Amino acid sequence: MSKSLRYILPLLAFLVLAGFLARGLNLDPREVPSPLIGKPAPGFALTRLDDAAQTIKREDLLGKVWVLNVWASWCVACREEHPMLVEFAKRKLVPLYGLNYKDKRPEGLGWLQQFGNPYNASLFDEDGRVGIDFGVYGVPETFVIDKQGVIRLKHIGPLTPDVIRERIEPILKQLNA
Amino acid sequence: MRSSLIALLASLWLAFASHANEAAPAAADPVLEARMTRITAELRCLVCQNQTIADSNADLAQDLRRQVREMLARGDDDAKIIQYMTDRYGDFVLYRPPMKATTMLLWFGPALMVVLGLAALAVVMRRRARAGAAQFEPDDPALFTDTHQS
Repeated sequence: MSKSLRYILPLLAFLVLAGFLARGLNLDPREVPSPLIGKPAPGFALTRLDDAAQTIKREDLLGKVWVLNVWASWCVACREEHPMLVEFAKRKLVPLYGLNYKDKRPEGLGWLQQFGNPYNASLFDEDGRVGIDFGVYGVPETFVIDKQGVIRLKHIGPLTPDVIRERIEPILKQLNA
Repeated sequence: MRSSLIALLASLWLAFASHANEAAPAAADPVLEARMTRITAELRCLVCQNQTIADSNADLAQDLRRQVREMLARGDDDAKIIQYMTDRYGDFVLYRPPMKATTMLLWFGPALMVVLGLAALAVVMRRRARAGAAQFEPDDPALFTDTHQS
């Protein structure tokens, strides 16, 4: 082994280790890859948050690209995300549906009244079963569903302008093309 | 004889009736509850990731325990329940990840490291064994002078 290699090798080993550690620091262990991407959205039939007599089914939304945003009045991060959604809805890029997850009707409705309602409609998932079918584990979560009812994107945690610009908008453009 | 038969039937009916009453809340069935605990102890809670679904008090874990209870009461077997969970949350929920192409490194990485380490050790030791005396630093004679005489 030449002399210079003897000095370079530990340095290389250190750089590789540092590289792995730096990558590890930037990974979010909460961001679990969803097995649902590329699979048909689970079936559901839920009443509207604002009208217990009206039901919305998965089949009702086939044929258009739509966004499902999981929210709850008890969810602090949803409050942080909400102004972004109101802005996003104003641009009318896509029908936006809410999944009001494990909430109570009056509280959910009160929340929308207070902070504004960006949703075409909110589905009322009182016991969280539809949430489980969508693999929801941390509210807020956002799904993009295509015309065939296939889940194309899932974002865990509050939406940010960056996420909307760099992940949501491109896929909407692609799906609506 | 006849009256005892009626008594027997009546007691049987009572037994079934009371059994039907007990079965209603699944949690009250200790066998089912034990199965539920055994299965959920193998599953990672996604909210507090270092706890199992059996241990966690997170809302989601409670809901998933309820779900497992219902599936067991319906007669689903363990494999079906595990499938139900991985369909929704991926292999991430399994504390025993399945062996497949993407998890090979996870399963065999540690053994691979040991093999590499041993190989490196063997190479170094053989090289040293073959090296001539001239390759090593000469012994310092001062270290070998008789110290016990002084």
